[in-house]
Amino acid sequence: MSTTQATRKAPPVRPGDRVFAGLSTGAGILILVILAGVGIFLTAKGIPGILAKPDEVKSGQHFLPWVWPLVYGTLIAATIALLIAVPVAIGVALFISHYAPRRLGQIFGYLIDLLAAVPSVVYGLWGIQFLAPHMVPFYAWLNKHLSFIPFFGEPSATGRTILTACIVLAVMILPIMTAICREIFLQTPRLHEEAALALGATKWEMARLAIFPYARSGIVSAAMLGLGRALGETLAVAMVLSVTAGEVTANLIGSSNPSTIAANIALNFKESTGLSVNALIASGLVLFIITFLVNFAARALVERRSEFSGAN
Amino acid sequence: MTTTLSRPVDVFDELRGAQLPSWGPRAVFGLAVVVGVGTYFLGLGVFRSVVLAWFICLSVPLWSLAIEGKRKATDRLVTTLVTSAFGLALLPLISILWIVISKGSKVLSTEFFTYSMRNVVGPGGGIYHALIGTLLITGAASVMSIPIGLFTSIYLVEYGQQNRLARWIRFLVDVMTGIPSIVAGLFAYALFALIFGDGIRLGIGGSVALSVLMIPVVVRSCEEMLKLVPNELREASYALGVPKWRTVAKVVLPTALAGIVTGITLAIARVIGETAPLLIIAGTTDSVNMDLFKDRMATLPVFAYSSISSPGFPPGPSIDRAWGAALVLLIIVMLLNLIARLVSYFFSPKGER
Amino acid sequence: MNRNPLRYAAPTAAALVLALSLSACGASNESDSSDGASTGAAKVTGTLNAGGSTAQQAAVAAWTKAFQTTNSGVTVNYDPVGSGGGREQFIAGGLQVAGSDAALTDDELAKAKTKCKSDVVEVPTYVSPIAVIFNVKGVDKLNLSPKTLGGIFQGTITTWNDAAIKADNPDATLPATKITAVHRSDDSGTTQNFTDYLDQTSEGAWTGKAVQTWPVKGGEGAEGTSGVVAAVKGGDGTIGYADESQAGDLGKASIKVGSDFTAPTAAAASKVLDASEQVSGRAATDIAITVNRKVTDSAVYPIVLVSYQIACQKYDDKAQAALVKAWLTYVTSADGQQVAASSAGSAPLSSAFVTKAQTAVATIAGA
Repeated sequence: MSTTQATRKAPPVRPGDRVFAGLSTGAGILILVILAGVGIFLTAKGIPGILAKPDEVKSGQHFLPWVWPLVYGTLIAATIALLIAVPVAIGVALFISHYAPRRLGQIFGYLIDLLAAVPSVVYGLWGIQFLAPHMVPFYAWLNKHLSFIPFFGEPSATGRTILTACIVLAVMILPIMTAICREIFLQTPRLHEEAALALGATKWEMARLAIFPYARSGIVSAAMLGLGRALGETLAVAMVLSVTAGEVTANLIGSSNPSTIAANIALNFKESTGLSVNALIASGLVLFIITFLVNFAARALVERRSEFSGAN
Repeated sequence: MTTTLSRPVDVFDELRGAQLPSWGPRAVFGLAVVVGVGTYFLGLGVFRSVVLAWFICLSVPLWSLAIEGKRKATDRLVTTLVTSAFGLALLPLISILWIVISKGSKVLSTEFFTYSMRNVVGPGGGIYHALIGTLLITGAASVMSIPIGLFTSIYLVEYGQQNRLARWIRFLVDVMTGIPSIVAGLFAYALFALIFGDGIRLGIGGSVALSVLMIPVVVRSCEEMLKLVPNELREASYALGVPKWRTVAKVVLPTALAGIVTGITLAIARVIGETAPLLIIAGTTDSVNMDLFKDRMATLPVFAYSSISSPGFPPGPSIDRAWGAALVLLIIVMLLNLIARLVSYFFSPKGER
Repeated sequence: MNRNPLRYAAPTAAALVLALSLSACGASNESDSSDGASTGAAKVTGTLNAGGSTAQQAAVAAWTKAFQTTNSGVTVNYDPVGSGGGREQFIAGGLQVAGSDAALTDDELAKAKTKCKSDVVEVPTYVSPIAVIFNVKGVDKLNLSPKTLGGIFQGTITTWNDAAIKADNPDATLPATKITAVHRSDDSGTTQNFTDYLDQTSEGAWTGKAVQTWPVKGGEGAEGTSGVVAAVKGGDGTIGYADESQAGDLGKASIKVGSDFTAPTAAAASKVLDASEQVSGRAATDIAITVNRKVTDSAVYPIVLVSYQIACQKYDDKAQAALVKAWLTYVTSADGQQVAASSAGSAPLSSAFVTKAQTAVATIAGA
């Protein structure tokens, strides 16, 4: 708003307003700078690693053939984890916000919030000591009855497979996704809900008509946050997953699994020197680009769909 | 006339159609529990008994389909599914919580909270140094992220609204929520290595890494909360001649306070347990370090990780300490949550739910 | 809006808690006063920045405790960045002492000499037997020859009742269970030493050479020693390699040395250094060892991890030199070795090696 053509209606612009607007805009721009910073620093440190010759890095391979199995493993693990976690998170959030008795829902919500802070080491230990051994008979069963599906090949004897890692990841991203979905479900305008019920909708129809359209962008946000965690989760995957360098396989229950980018960084960062470190940082850049693309796609999808939805 | 009166009309039946008896679902659920527990004790595995019990629960929607029709049956099916999703999620969560509490509570003692690991080998020692480190690093991360995040969300809601910059910021904040924690750690490492040389380990580096993870969560949740503040409040304030910045500071923010505090707590909970970035940039040490800008700093998650990965001999005490550290993290987050709830309880202008 | 007193109480309380926690500087067990028994030998003071090998971490913690107790003005920081990182940071000048699971390469040695402007002191400080651990139902004793071991980890021997394993264990009843060979998925000196052993002794059954990163496809990877132990424990028919001290109650295979089978014990492991040769062509202070994996004396256990500490011979700062010297003197002393043995499960250096190492360390001086 310009001060020169100030009419009686427009409030005068005061210094306080200027400062406040400046601060807010500055904060917004700072975020862009940080994000650009992340990209630039990773690129600057990563490029020598991308250009390194095979005999200069420990892997003994060019960058692309080296990073490709890791990208594959990362995508597989995150996708399956998200497939498991999203429906469950929505279900749990809906249960807490609309199905459970209110007091009980609050207690459960509180419990689940707590789990967002459990360090990944604990999930890793839980995965390797508790979950993996319990999955062994299940994997043997899958292999026996469903081995015609390429996902269920030769089973592992310890259960430390990529599917186990996916389950651990799903459990890890569940709390934060549930917390966000729950908050958004609770914010659905009361009037929308009551209008739906008054028209004779069942509870489920009410959820479909009033809650979900309202919450769609929030659910996508929650899923993206979960995906970010799943893509980038490091130590839990490193501890649970039995990895074989350079493996690309469809078998989800075998003992040779592709590693993920993040786990690979954690496993090799300590003992790496020189260009090998740059190669690891470059793989981090690849991970960053993947998250960027996935978010881009998800945003585009939500924006297009929200045009047709009346609730937003 | 008299004939209709002699046959009393079931008003509910006329209005809603046939219904399952109100005890029906509960009875089926009870049956499922009995069958599940029974078959478990009869020697069927845990997994199979649970699946069996679950299938029995699924008979409610079928029953409903026969009596109440398709819409009601779908509704009941969804209720069953939502509840079982909850049960499914609760199993691992409770089991993890139980392990942490039962294994971690063994080591809690005054010594555990007041001792560091300096000159400690074998049993004994404590997490004081890691506790201080976690509080300082997370605190510094919050000091950086909360103003940036809050002001950004104010920009998005109050100033930018739908302009080009705001749309870009909104999109990039979403991208930022997806930044993997290890990438944030590598970024912080790369940044500080550029300034101070390779091999740098600094507490403040950890704060920077955590901020990168925390800012987008703060922005998202604050933005959602600010959007919920009714426009009428703003307009009423403007009508009284209050400048915009005072309106935001005195009307909008207090109205949204409860939600903002919850969002910030959630953001802190999300980063306080991060291990990988801190492992890369903050490192670990056995002694207390109060200076964020100098030398390595231990934190609870990294402490737990290194206690498990190089436990010494015999490994027992070190692993116990790791569980203890995990439990303390849980307790910190619990306290934070409690404070957040108290804040929303006392300071919200009004609560609908 | 309600004017609730708590509105002000809560932030105040939070500030109070923060102030309290910050004012309580220092942990109860950390006192910065340097009193205490001031008798005894000349004391050193200062900060020693060391780092590197993660394998040595537990031992260093024990040494640090004892060293800091006798020299209360000293702080030792050991950063377990990994052996490679330790060597690199030592050469770059960030660390005064590096811990490393492998001796400096010729290339690194040249760089280190330039940096130090003197020779380098490199002494073995930590010897740990690497046990071959297994978990097979119904088998609690296992003998393995190097060739069989190589075949198992190469993936050519796939079941427990394979003829090769039977030949090594004529009395045992071996099940037909599939073998799951567990290896380290992170880069490690343990893998380096284990594959070095296989490379030299397995008569071609192992083709992966001696490397830090597990070279062979197949088998199962696990993170860190604790990961390998957990994986072996968690499955049936599993076999893996880990520091003997971390093996817990798992079965440990005896390895064929010469004509007999030797169990992994600290005593048997420490003998391997005496049976090995020093790398030739290096300065007298550089005690880099080529571990003799092919010993034939069955009292010796040849699968060991030898970890070094590396320092400069000359330091510009006299106090720094004195500190490094005092530290390494303690670490390589019989006392220091015993402390590591009891709290990290390592094999103490033999007395001959203690003398050798102490002689090398004695040359450290200020420029």
